[in-house]
Amino acid sequence: MTQTLSAPAGTAAPPPARPRKTRRGPGGAVLGVVAWIVGIAFFFPVAWMVFTSLHSEQAAATNPPDVTAPLTVDGYREFFATNPWPYLINSATASIVSTALVVVLAMFAGYALAIRPVRKWSDVLFFFLTTKMLPAVAGLLPVYLIAQHIGLLDNIWLMVILYTAMNLPIAVWMMHSFLAEVPVAILEAAALDGARLPTVMRRVILPIASPGIAATALICFIFAWNEMLFARVLTGVVAGTAPVFLTSFVTTQGLFLAKVCAAATAISIPVLVAGFAAQNKLVQGLSLGAVK
Amino acid sequence: MTTVSMPAPAGVRPRRAAGRWARRGPLLPALLFTIVVTQLPFLATLVISFTDWNALYPDRRGFAAFGNYTAVLSDPQLRSSILTTVILTVSVVLVSLVLGLAIALLLDRRFHGRAIVRTMLIAPFLVVPVAAALLWKHALYNPEYGLFNGILTGIFGQGAAQPDWISDAPMFSVVASLVWQWTPFMMLILLAGLQSRSPEVLEAARVDGASAFAVFRHITLPHLRQYLELGALLGCIYIVQNFDAVFTITAGGLGTANLPYTIYQTFYQAHDYGRASAAGVIVVIGSMIVATFALRVVSSLLKQEADR
Repeated sequence: MTQTLSAPAGTAAPPPARPRKTRRGPGGAVLGVVAWIVGIAFFFPVAWMVFTSLHSEQAAATNPPDVTAPLTVDGYREFFATNPWPYLINSATASIVSTALVVVLAMFAGYALAIRPVRKWSDVLFFFLTTKMLPAVAGLLPVYLIAQHIGLLDNIWLMVILYTAMNLPIAVWMMHSFLAEVPVAILEAAALDGARLPTVMRRVILPIASPGIAATALICFIFAWNEMLFARVLTGVVAGTAPVFLTSFVTTQGLFLAKVCAAATAISIPVLVAGFAAQNKLVQGLSLGAVK
Repeated sequence: MTTVSMPAPAGVRPRRAAGRWARRGPLLPALLFTIVVTQLPFLATLVISFTDWNALYPDRRGFAAFGNYTAVLSDPQLRSSILTTVILTVSVVLVSLVLGLAIALLLDRRFHGRAIVRTMLIAPFLVVPVAAALLWKHALYNPEYGLFNGILTGIFGQGAAQPDWISDAPMFSVVASLVWQWTPFMMLILLAGLQSRSPEVLEAARVDGASAFAVFRHITLPHLRQYLELGALLGCIYIVQNFDAVFTITAGGLGTANLPYTIYQTFYQAHDYGRASAAGVIVVIGSMIVATFALRVVSSLLKQEADR
């Protein structure tokens, strides 16, 4: 594929790569407007969630919607009055600790796979990917029984272990493609200087691959923070995570739209902030560096 | 767990062995961890799927041979959940892939505020899935004060039709909310693909007088193939397993129970461990069929990389 693509480039006298601006024709303005409309349409439900969360219950439940109603933070006040903190802390613990573990494990695995490839390394990558294709529900029951047996049920460290396993395959894939970018010459130089693996990791690989590491960490954090099936089955009173709290919040509170929206917004905010702040890295990470 | 390099059996074997372990050592922790936490439970599921085991009747445990499988496959409810899973996955992946491609093409052009539009588009993917499902169910679909019917009232006045979205079109409601969440994901992958096209090739095509459609058909689409495949693969992996939307929006009712939800119910409410495990194994077999196709795709990616 790449061959056929690069052929004409070789023959055409390489023009001083003109900026893409030239493509902005008369139709360009229209398409720009279309893009804006699509962007607003996709963003609108999120904005509506936030907007509704800032209303009183009466104003939130009007039909047609009353957009002029005064804003209030009562929804949030009531949400935090139900003490969601233990659940938020559980979610933070499970997401942050598992992400840290995943990144460290995946960095070393990625190093072995990309920089000093073991033989049959692509088989190993395959293996990691296939574990991702095993639907999580298929292992839910044994995990439940084992956790019950060893007393890890309703324990947040069980979730740390599971989220680490859940994210590791994707992280190994991503790290492998990011580390494949590290120039071998630098590593050889480091090896000549007698640097050992941990030093090489810290001094050479970490600085070069840090955007990739950040992307990997962000995606693992998002998936861990969002996970619900396992948390619902395996945690309860003590180790419940934010998504589990959110569902129980809705059932115990009944239908209070503004409060539900406040809760949904509050729980989504960490991911929204992290995602917005690192959206370029997200793009890089999501494409898994698969095609260079 | 962080200390990694397995102590190389130095001295015992000649240097080559030590070198081999130095190469493999860093890989082992991740590999062992993954095997222990993901493969062993699945093996256990496989074993349990052949036993008669309902936690409510603990003394009736025994070997069931394929009893659970025939029970699962002959149960119309479970069969329909297999079909539901396929419909749900295929429709969400296809629609979000097509929409994502269209939006990625729009965003690949320069226009004022492109960064803002992209930021707005990413938002649905970042909202916690349970929160998104609640948002759709209560704030948008609700027949009495949901936004959709509110807009209808706003436009057509008090006599406007007020459909009960979730009861009238349950599958569509779930699919729509998932498409909304997953289109940005597809868009991001495809946008990365578009921006990795070689500018020289595009320039050359334009110099040669190729029409915009010809450029798309003969340059962009072939280049994007791998990205489309990657998006479809990752989308399938995650949407086959979807639990949050089905659980929250319809609670599996109205013919929207997919396999993950059904397994959850069989295990969590009916306590029929044997049957839940058999259903789990069937999900895995189904996923493996999809995966064999998908893996062939990915193997072409790997080969290209190996050729570097």
